[in-house]
Amino acid sequence: MKGIITVVGKDKVGIIGKVCTLLSEQEINILDISQTIVQGYFNMMMIVDLTNAKQSFAQVVDSLEKLGTEIGVSIKLQNEEIFDSMHRI
Amino acid sequence: MISKYEVQETNKMIQESNLDIRTITMGINLMDCISDDMDKLCNNVYEKITRQAENLVVTGEQISKKYGIPIVNKRISVTPIALIGGATKANSYVPIAKVLDRAAKTVGVNFIGGFSALVHKGCSNADTVLIESIPEALDVTDFVCSSVNVGSTRTGINMDAVGRLGEIIKLTADRTKDRGSIGCAKLVVFCNAPEDNPFMAGAFHGVGEKDVVLNVGVSGPGVVKKALESVRGADFETLCEQVKRTAFKITRAGQMVAKEAAGILDVPFGIVDLSLAPTPAVGDSIAEIFEEMGLEKAGAPGTTAALALLNDSVKKGGVMASSYVGGLSGAFIPVSEDHAMIEAASCGALTLEKLEAMTCVCSVGLDMIAIPGSTSSKTISGMIADEMAIGMINAKTTAVRIIPVIGKEVGEQVEFGGLLGYAPIMRVNPYKCDDFIARGGRIPAPIHSFKN
Repeated sequence: MKGIITVVGKDKVGIIGKVCTLLSEQEINILDISQTIVQGYFNMMMIVDLTNAKQSFAQVVDSLEKLGTEIGVSIKLQNEEIFDSMHRI
Repeated sequence: MISKYEVQETNKMIQESNLDIRTITMGINLMDCISDDMDKLCNNVYEKITRQAENLVVTGEQISKKYGIPIVNKRISVTPIALIGGATKANSYVPIAKVLDRAAKTVGVNFIGGFSALVHKGCSNADTVLIESIPEALDVTDFVCSSVNVGSTRTGINMDAVGRLGEIIKLTADRTKDRGSIGCAKLVVFCNAPEDNPFMAGAFHGVGEKDVVLNVGVSGPGVVKKALESVRGADFETLCEQVKRTAFKITRAGQMVAKEAAGILDVPFGIVDLSLAPTPAVGDSIAEIFEEMGLEKAGAPGTTAALALLNDSVKKGGVMASSYVGGLSGAFIPVSEDHAMIEAASCGALTLEKLEAMTCVCSVGLDMIAIPGSTSSKTISGMIADEMAIGMINAKTTAVRIIPVIGKEVGEQVEFGGLLGYAPIMRVNPYKCDDFIARGGRIPAPIHSFKN
């Protein structure tokens, strides 16, 4: 199962590092990553593969959300299908 | 591969423009619960609903988490109770309403629809018992919704039922007068009622439906409003195109959720209802769309045209996005549930007469309109008759959900709370229609109903 992670918030050192550490602990593979900073705001999108994830999808959603709260950014994980269905015929 | 722009667009729709799945509604057939013993019937009904809908709410929450899109309501619709209760020979179906309420509370849904009767040509004994039970049923239950279909393009309008429902609405208002006459907010009078509508208060599970089915209602007036901001001042072709594109995306989200929920619950997927349904929240309003289109207030000249193009474009965009479109599918204009409609009604821009004209081109009718509690039952019947005539002649669904707020007059306000919002008491034409309603009988089917 593929998921899309979006991270939005004020830029600071170590955001990508912390997110990636969590993902690697969960055996979640990163397929694509893109990141921009606009006016000090960090904006990242990742496409990840959760096939071998240790936790359930819902649990990973919660862990990422919790990490986001800790480092002061918003982290969202969504199943890729919602974007596929809305933007592809 | 999905681009960052597309991901952002979807997430902005959800976070900033209130995109949500408004409801997943499980339709449940209760025909196999029929018994001539009222207690047995109630047990059967309770058992079937709680068994079928046991996992409805938790499934909705799971899906919401998986895709990051809110699913606001989980609801149930059942076979019209007048069809279920007949065999009991009881003279009140309030016990059935109570058991529906109890089942709804057990499974955790926030509304259960189907305390209904289909009387578009005439009333059976059971239909009469159901209609007479409505005031008490809506008073003593919290989540039960009721509807009565009193007309159709094929059959004409049952004016006896229209006459009696004016009185029933007044009785319901009176019984719930300590709560702003809220009972009437859970009662809809229909012409051409759809059998697969997932939206309340008019949802019921039609007799032509499968045993259990899952219907989904999408929403997103805020998303349409936001999308129209980018085409300010552009011509109508561009405007309609933008609505279509947006409706397509919204509906695709609904279709995906519907399929997913149906799969998890192992229940067949029914339809996606494409309606744009407002909520009292700012940024989730149909009237704001009118304002974005260039009208100072909802109700200004041009409003009917604006609603017509909105309704039509929503359908054109949505129809391609879903394999089965059904229900009401269009734009809803419930006054109390839309903050900009409330403002328009309060400042006098929007009148009852204009609302009636608007219902000719949108998906429902006079919806969530508060009127003075002193309005006579005959006048209410007259308003119902007008609305039913629009539905009958134009072969479309129309509905009336008006609330005569006991103890309140024009200029005052009533607060329903939650999704039902608040509303100013609107002025009703003071001239009488008593003798017209007193005629009784049935208005014959229109000439264009003879299609065979």
